[in-house]
Amino acid sequence: MGNTSSMLTQYDIEEVQEHCNNTFSQQEIVSLYQRFCQLDRNSGGFISADEFLSVPEFAVNPLSQRLFRMIDGLNFKEFVAFLSAFSSRATLQHKVEYIFKVYDSDGNGKVAFSDLLDVLRDLTGQFISEQQRELVLTQVLEEAGYKKDSTLVLSDFMKILGNSGLKMEVEIPVD
Amino acid sequence: MSKVNSSNMELDLDRPNIEDYLPTDSIHEPLGKLRLRDLLDISPTLREAGGAIVDDSFTRCFKSNPPEPWNWNVYLFPLWCLGVVVRYGILFPVRVLILTLGWIIFLSCYIPVHWLLKGHDKLKKRLERALVELICSFFVASWTGVVNYHGPRPCARPKQVFVANHTSMIDFIILEQMTAFAVIMQKHPGWVGLIQSTILESVGCIWFNRSEAKDREIVSRKLREHVEGADNNPLLIFPEGTCVNNNYTVMFKKGAFELGSTVCPIAIKYNKIFVDAFWNSKKHSFTTHLLQLMTSWAVVCDVWYLEPQNMKPGETPIEFAERVRGIISARAGIKMVPWDGFLKYSRPSPKLKERKQQAFAESVLRRLEDK
Repeated sequence: MGNTSSMLTQYDIEEVQEHCNNTFSQQEIVSLYQRFCQLDRNSGGFISADEFLSVPEFAVNPLSQRLFRMIDGLNFKEFVAFLSAFSSRATLQHKVEYIFKVYDSDGNGKVAFSDLLDVLRDLTGQFISEQQRELVLTQVLEEAGYKKDSTLVLSDFMKILGNSGLKMEVEIPVD
Repeated sequence: MSKVNSSNMELDLDRPNIEDYLPTDSIHEPLGKLRLRDLLDISPTLREAGGAIVDDSFTRCFKSNPPEPWNWNVYLFPLWCLGVVVRYGILFPVRVLILTLGWIIFLSCYIPVHWLLKGHDKLKKRLERALVELICSFFVASWTGVVNYHGPRPCARPKQVFVANHTSMIDFIILEQMTAFAVIMQKHPGWVGLIQSTILESVGCIWFNRSEAKDREIVSRKLREHVEGADNNPLLIFPEGTCVNNNYTVMFKKGAFELGSTVCPIAIKYNKIFVDAFWNSKKHSFTTHLLQLMTSWAVVCDVWYLEPQNMKPGETPIEFAERVRGIISARAGIKMVPWDGFLKYSRPSPKLKERKQQAFAESVLRRLEDK
């Protein structure tokens, strides 16, 4: 009935902990494993689209599709590594890298105007016209010293977001 | 799943203002001029998504309590084995006997009453009501049910409906043994369906099918007709629409609250020490659930009949439903969550996502104006 934490050995937990650079405590990893098994209803070893979208809080999030593409098919170890940016022990560098990865959907290390536009579209939906979105983006980019056709890399993201104190911590329920 | 999506639009009408429940600080309200940093910083939205992945209030409603193993040492284990022997070897056969006896008595009275008294409707109804209450008492005895009823017993009056929180189909049996309610239920297959169409018809039940959207109009008409009938049995409705694990309540459907009648809330709370009465319909069939109950020690629960409520002037049916849900949850000591129970079977409406998008879009545009 989902009470499978007995299937995780101490060795497994340590391996997972190492993989996520010790951002989660051992207890948190056990809780995450229970959650993973709870979501992975057909015990396929990974969480499918259907299973993720059956969590209403996740399905109504504007970035759910984008995040789902990153999390699709991950096994438990990779799932924990994916969530490590949400740990209270995650460094600012780690969080910025994570946000960069969300933008950089093709994974080539560069975020172009179109990528920025895509995310803004996800966040605002039909409530801003495409034209207005482009205008807004161009305007803020130019004010920050970039041009519409410049591509941003990770160091740019670090510069822009580096001193804003990103609040991304999620509490893992530990019973 | 695709045929359920078309009914999503109509299900929308049932949903109260989610914004009242979702944390308002979720989309941050920044001040001052819009900067690149503000557009790139998607951390609040990511945090919400991460939170939902890690734990969410909806899944928690349907989590069965895993039984805590307490038999893990030398002297407790034999005790536990003894317990198993007593439960399966002694209690279970006795209970099966009681239940069989009950069915024999019931059927031998019910069949003659049903067929021979066709002309004498009033007497027939009274006897059938008493017989249904009898068979329910036999069922409750077969799980060694210890039910504490608090509050005034329900009486049959027109223009009133009873609503209760829902944990399992046994809720109905527990309430039915005290008063013969007419109930509105999902039509089930198998032997349950057979009982539904024969015996429960006599107390006046209404059937619905969750996946049929058109069904709702027919059902609400039937509800209205039933409530207005003077000598119909009092109507019992479970407005959550699905079984929840008795630690939370999900949003009440407004159907029971817009009939223009008095609503009498009933709160049911099971004592989990003895058995977890939550029927996880995705995990087991009702038969397995009943067998599980019959091989446990007891089913202990409290039933509170609460003060009848009327819609206040200026209150919408949805607000009325939520107010009654608050009363029931407070009495039973369980928490409320802002989700629609039918999300177990379908996806949330796109409107919820759109509201978030709208809020963010408006704040972007507003800050653009700030110079």
